[in-house]
Amino acid sequence: MTILIRGASLMGEGATDILIDGDTIREVGTVKVSADRVIDAHGIIALPGLVDLHSHLREPGGEGSETILSGSRAAAAGGFTTVHTMANTSPVADTAELVELVAERGRHAGYVQVRPIGAVTRNLDGEQLADIGGMAHSSAAVTVFSDDGRCVGDPLLMRRALEYVSTFGGVIAQHAQDPRLTIDAVVNEGRVSSELGLRGWPSVAEESIIARDVLLAEYVGARLHVCHISTAGSVDVIRWAKKRGIAVTAEVTPHHLLLTDDCALTYDPVFKVNPPLRTADDVQQLRLAVADGTIDIVATDHAPHASSTKDCTWHDASFGMVGLESALSVVQHTLVDAGHITWPDVARILSVAPAAIGRVGGYGAPLAVGSKANITLVDPAHTANWDTSRLHGRSTNSPFIGTVLPGRVVSTIFNGTETVVDGFLVEPEIVRNA
Amino acid sequence: MKHLISARGLEATPTVAILDTAMDMVDVRTREVKKLPTLRGKTVANVFFEDSTRTRLSFEAAALALSADVTTFTTQGSSVSKGESLKDTLQTLEAMGADFIVLRHPHSGVASTVVNSGWVDAHIINAGDGTHEHPTQALLDAFTMRSRLRGENARGSNLAGISVVIVGDIFHSRVARSNALLLRTLGATVTLAAPQTLLPREIDSWGAAIVSTLDEAIDLQPDVVMTLRVQRERMTSGFFPSESEFTQLWGMNDSRLRRLPPTSIVMHPGPMNRGLEISGSVADSPQSTVTEQVANGVAVRMAVLYTLMGDSR
Amino acid sequence: MTRVVLTKPDIDRALKRIAHEIVESQRGRFGLIFLGIPTRGVHLARRLARLVADIEPQDVQVGTLDVTMYRDDLATQSTRATVATEIPSSGVDGSTVILVDDVLFSGRTARAALDAITALGRPDVVRFAVLVDRGHRELPIRADFVGKNLPTSTSERVNVSIAEVDDLDEVSIA
Repeated sequence: MTILIRGASLMGEGATDILIDGDTIREVGTVKVSADRVIDAHGIIALPGLVDLHSHLREPGGEGSETILSGSRAAAAGGFTTVHTMANTSPVADTAELVELVAERGRHAGYVQVRPIGAVTRNLDGEQLADIGGMAHSSAAVTVFSDDGRCVGDPLLMRRALEYVSTFGGVIAQHAQDPRLTIDAVVNEGRVSSELGLRGWPSVAEESIIARDVLLAEYVGARLHVCHISTAGSVDVIRWAKKRGIAVTAEVTPHHLLLTDDCALTYDPVFKVNPPLRTADDVQQLRLAVADGTIDIVATDHAPHASSTKDCTWHDASFGMVGLESALSVVQHTLVDAGHITWPDVARILSVAPAAIGRVGGYGAPLAVGSKANITLVDPAHTANWDTSRLHGRSTNSPFIGTVLPGRVVSTIFNGTETVVDGFLVEPEIVRNA
Repeated sequence: MKHLISARGLEATPTVAILDTAMDMVDVRTREVKKLPTLRGKTVANVFFEDSTRTRLSFEAAALALSADVTTFTTQGSSVSKGESLKDTLQTLEAMGADFIVLRHPHSGVASTVVNSGWVDAHIINAGDGTHEHPTQALLDAFTMRSRLRGENARGSNLAGISVVIVGDIFHSRVARSNALLLRTLGATVTLAAPQTLLPREIDSWGAAIVSTLDEAIDLQPDVVMTLRVQRERMTSGFFPSESEFTQLWGMNDSRLRRLPPTSIVMHPGPMNRGLEISGSVADSPQSTVTEQVANGVAVRMAVLYTLMGDSR
Repeated sequence: MTRVVLTKPDIDRALKRIAHEIVESQRGRFGLIFLGIPTRGVHLARRLARLVADIEPQDVQVGTLDVTMYRDDLATQSTRATVATEIPSSGVDGSTVILVDDVLFSGRTARAALDAITALGRPDVVRFAVLVDRGHRELPIRADFVGKNLPTSTSERVNVSIAEVDDLDEVSIA
């Protein structure tokens, strides 16, 4: 099977053809030969397949809100070809058996490469290390370990975890949230929490953990990845750490690049998320930090929730938002169209860098001849009202419904297989049999 | 106005109108027939997910005085705590014919959620949601201040020129939050006196001045000192070190009362911790409005029910 | 198009005649209380009380009767501001109450007023005086004293202006 992409703008630069043969990019430039299938991509930007370092596919245990298949479809629709899925399933992904099961179900679904993230501590209890070596050496070859949803709060345990994980070349992805400083917290602490009478989530609860962890990482010589940073202060700490040569990487979610805690003023639980939406100044500093490289990647923190846990009071609602389908559009809107970064930077923050942090093979040389054929074609000129028809997972808790966002993924190619054609998801049987 | 959720959305003119109507309701309470036919055939459902006998009785008395039928639903905490059940409970009550739902809930924002969710069509009155707001309390406090301090000239007037000190646990107090907003809308100047631990952050938009101790606040010679109930368990969670230290710095006592002008009043939303935030003798002094506040509560809630009734959109 | 139907002299004459009729109907009994229905009824009640006292010197009392909360259209109308009800400190028990309003139309205000009086006490007699009766009754109610019967269509508006509120005495139809 050969696919010829005609006239695509290569990461936003000049128009070119791309020839795919099997699962490999065969030619880039002016392609003279014909192919089994031709995609006219004039005016379309070609990006390397996107890599998400942070999603919740909920399987096993939370199939009411998402499955590996439904989450994979949402990912493909959003232009992703690899997603990392967090360990906070039920049971928790803290053993080799479980991560192998998740990876296998991902392979079976066939839309994207599903890379399980292993738990740092057994059952996410924050007390005893999980089977880190076993997961690292399993067929799932886990490289990223996280208790996401919970912070590894105990400094001694965090030190041991950093040391132990580095034995296997892995990385800890820390959910930076001081548990004591955020008891009962449900919204950013500040003007809005005071107005709403909701328990506030101080920025320092995030920043103090990051500060502690970068120092620990430096001390033990380990890599550290910080999940979903949300405050200007966190940016400062990361910037300082990088200047000091500490091996830290940081991610920001699309929603923290766009939304502020003002969204909570109506108590609409769709805006309840962990970490909470912060202030306009935080949003601005996060954007600038992506632009200057302080923040390495954008990751979705795709967190599906059944409607019953969102059609309720703020207090009772679950934390989280779906984000796989909207991530690229929000990045275009908040970073590209706002003039902070260019399309090659998008390829970096949404593909090359997250793949490097997760040690995912095949993403090192984006859209280069000989690379794996993981390609996302996006129409940047498309602008539309974001509605539930754009969502393909089992849950609809998107904070962007009703807003206008630019960009549309028209084609996703995963290892040479089209998972999205003309903006529509390919049916599961076809993907599976490809 | 179809619902009363927050003091934040209230403007001065309709608020003064509610207070004026409440004056007429006070008169009704002195008549031979202490009842009005106004809500005849309407049902007021008191839905209390948090125990508050005094607020519930006050709303009941108000509804009955307007000839409404009253149903009461009370439960505490765990049995009905999930949102799904709240939705079901309210829809059930409406199916049984509730035209007004008076809602008390331990969680902030619940009344707003009920209005925004479209779960029910009934008029919603927030009777206290978590640490958010308690707008009828603020209305009755404003009413009490106006009648005490303006006397004969109360009708039609706002609270311009009146200075109010709110002292104590501002952070956890829905009463303080609603009052700070409403009093400012009515033209009063508000000063908050509390330790930093009991003050919310970034409250510039409340338009209130902030002082540290009650003594500093007394120096301002305010017309009103509003004390707030202090939950004793705040002490164990580190908001202040001891009852005696709290009382010493933020408790309303005789010597502080003597330093106030004789026309100034001392308020408390009840229930009081005598000897903690307010001394027994201050609570029983002629300058205390504690029982008056309770009596006014019924009249103000009658006025609120009446005012909302006229807007069925 | 506005048409003036009563001028100041007309209104003065009508009130004077009503005052005489009231004195006549009293047959020597005292304890008259004029209760005006806000807004303009209150001022008409004061004028009538003065006129009655001039005709036959006696202790005539005046009050205000707010009927808002007794209306039967509260749920369908937007909220109306209430006005303080003021009655003589001796109450209405055993007295003769003259209800005063500017216009009698559907009769619903009068109906509400009768309920409102009942809540205040038990007068011996209640009579009803209006400046203008424009017809179109919806309830079995009639006035005892009428300044002027004005045949109107339901689409017309009757505007009563009185000096205390509107700076002139005049009744017009628009």
